[in-house]
Amino acid sequence: MRLKYPDAIRIIRVPCTGKVDVLHILHAFEKGADGVYVVGCLEGECRFENGNLRARRRVEQAKTILDAIGIGGERVKMFNLSSGEGTRFAEYAREMTEKIQELGPNPIKSAKQRQAA
Amino acid sequence: MSAKTPSRLEKILDSGQLAVTSECGPPRGSDIGVITKKAEMIRDYVDAINITDNQTSVTRLCSLAACIHLKQMGLEPTLQMVVRDRNRIALQSDILGAAAFDIHNILCLSGDHQKFGDCPQGQNVFDIDSMQLIQAVRYMRDEGKFLGGDDIQRPPRMFVGAAANPFADPFEIRVPRLAKKIAAGAEFIQTQCIYNVDKFEQWMKLARDRGLHEKVHILAGVTPFKSAGMAKYMKNRVPGMDVPDEVVKRMAGAPKEKQPDEGIAICVETIKRLKECEGVRGFHIMAIEWEEKVPEIVEQAGLYPRPTMAE
Amino acid sequence: MIVAEKKPIEEVIEMVKDYHKILIAGCNECVTVCEAGGKKEVGILASALRMYFTNQGKQVQIDEVTLERQCDREYLEELRNTIDQYDAVLSLACGVGVQFLAETYFSTPVYPGVNTLFMGATEERGVWSERCQGCGQCILGQTAGICPISRCAKRLLNGPCGGSTKGKCEISKDLDCAWQLIIDRLKELGRLADYEQLAPIKDWSRERAGGPRRVVREDVRQ
Repeated sequence: MRLKYPDAIRIIRVPCTGKVDVLHILHAFEKGADGVYVVGCLEGECRFENGNLRARRRVEQAKTILDAIGIGGERVKMFNLSSGEGTRFAEYAREMTEKIQELGPNPIKSAKQRQAA
Repeated sequence: MSAKTPSRLEKILDSGQLAVTSECGPPRGSDIGVITKKAEMIRDYVDAINITDNQTSVTRLCSLAACIHLKQMGLEPTLQMVVRDRNRIALQSDILGAAAFDIHNILCLSGDHQKFGDCPQGQNVFDIDSMQLIQAVRYMRDEGKFLGGDDIQRPPRMFVGAAANPFADPFEIRVPRLAKKIAAGAEFIQTQCIYNVDKFEQWMKLARDRGLHEKVHILAGVTPFKSAGMAKYMKNRVPGMDVPDEVVKRMAGAPKEKQPDEGIAICVETIKRLKECEGVRGFHIMAIEWEEKVPEIVEQAGLYPRPTMAE
Repeated sequence: MIVAEKKPIEEVIEMVKDYHKILIAGCNECVTVCEAGGKKEVGILASALRMYFTNQGKQVQIDEVTLERQCDREYLEELRNTIDQYDAVLSLACGVGVQFLAETYFSTPVYPGVNTLFMGATEERGVWSERCQGCGQCILGQTAGICPISRCAKRLLNGPCGGSTKGKCEISKDLDCAWQLIIDRLKELGRLADYEQLAPIKDWSRERAGGPRRVVREDVRQ
């Protein structure tokens, strides 16, 4: 559809959000991502039945861990839409970007810089 | 069945008369005066008084000490003993402690899980179960030996009782369970408090079909409701309790100030009805924290005065 | 198998917060099956701790390894050449593995990353329940294959108690009454009459009460 969405976003494609593991989410933050969002099919419409439901639970798990270690669970979120909803995808992208900008950069980055100094 | 112990309760039951027992809950402290007061209220209206054993797993003054005190007051105690808190050494030891003071009645129980009480993080023991405790007391009495096999110096002479709950699940084994307790050596039974009289009579019939009513003295348990709230609580929150809707409705139908009287009326009616039930050999009136009403219940049910038995 | 649960991350942090080189050691057997201490859980914990320490401004090296088992010396040997570079090991194995690792590497501090709970089975993925408490004198033949010691909250051998309600235990609506299960199975097997047999007093001396236990098989010892 060639709609615009913020270019601070790096898209990683997966065959189904059910493939996304808690570990992938954590590694993303470990490597400096400021936010991670998981975009899957509408609940009930997963091509592989319940991959998106598993993803939701893993996102919840990741939130809990991120809260416990001081990174902040608000930096990870799950969105659901159908593959035809291009406009909604752009909406979510903007929403997520705005939220992350509000939260500021991943505290790890500045901590690493301080360590290097 | 002829009396094998000096128990007054046993003598009354063996004479064919209806027995009346009741219970006192010990205090959550060391003031034995609480027991004195409660016991005096019911002195002439009951044949024996049970002292509960850390009931609902709430820590209280121990049953043994309170029973000794009752004995010293010239009353007939029934030591309630749960297997939740003591191993076989402590159980035998406490039985001897009771026997040392000539306490002649014991009720062998499992005990509510400690989760319900004030120490839910505590360990529980359950070294032996209530069935095995019945066997153990009988063994100590009839063989004069400890479980380990050594002889007991001055063995206990105790009349052994157990609890029965006709209302717990599964119903189909409640009478086989009674048979099992009799086979283990139980000589008297005190049942869970009865509100569903039909169900209780059904259980009694099944027991009679097997002749169990002649092998053990069954005392029907009753508890008067103080309020409709208490009826609802017992219906919904107490495991193994069967309170029919009509009973709750009847309590709720009475105005608040009249509810205690209604509760007593229901209790007395239950006793009167069960006096006609073949195999019921007496009543166990559990008026928790309402001991002052026991005399009234006993009188209205036509069970006063209590028989005087020769020592 | 042995079922364990991950310790809360706050508790783990508290245990290892003063170390600078930590090895997180998982186990490929029981704790992998109950998703508490396998390779994946090691990875997640390592990543989380690295981020935590970085955020705290601490330089901490956290390495990951998952052994086949931690309850056999052969597998623990894999760590022989590398363990001295770490100032602490966080083991996600069950209590057995943690201890065996600690015994094998006497001078390395070892910390448990999971809470070991019971011997149980997988009812379905994500649900594990207790089945055995290792009493040392199995009576499953008499109780129609259902253990009253591990599944009855009061370990009654002549149950049920008066608190059994609609097939559930008095302590929880989610807990089956073991004796209801036994009675149902005895019925199924046409052995309900067995219910009235009095189970004798248990010999607990082969259980925990008798002291820490050991099995020695002279016929297979080297």
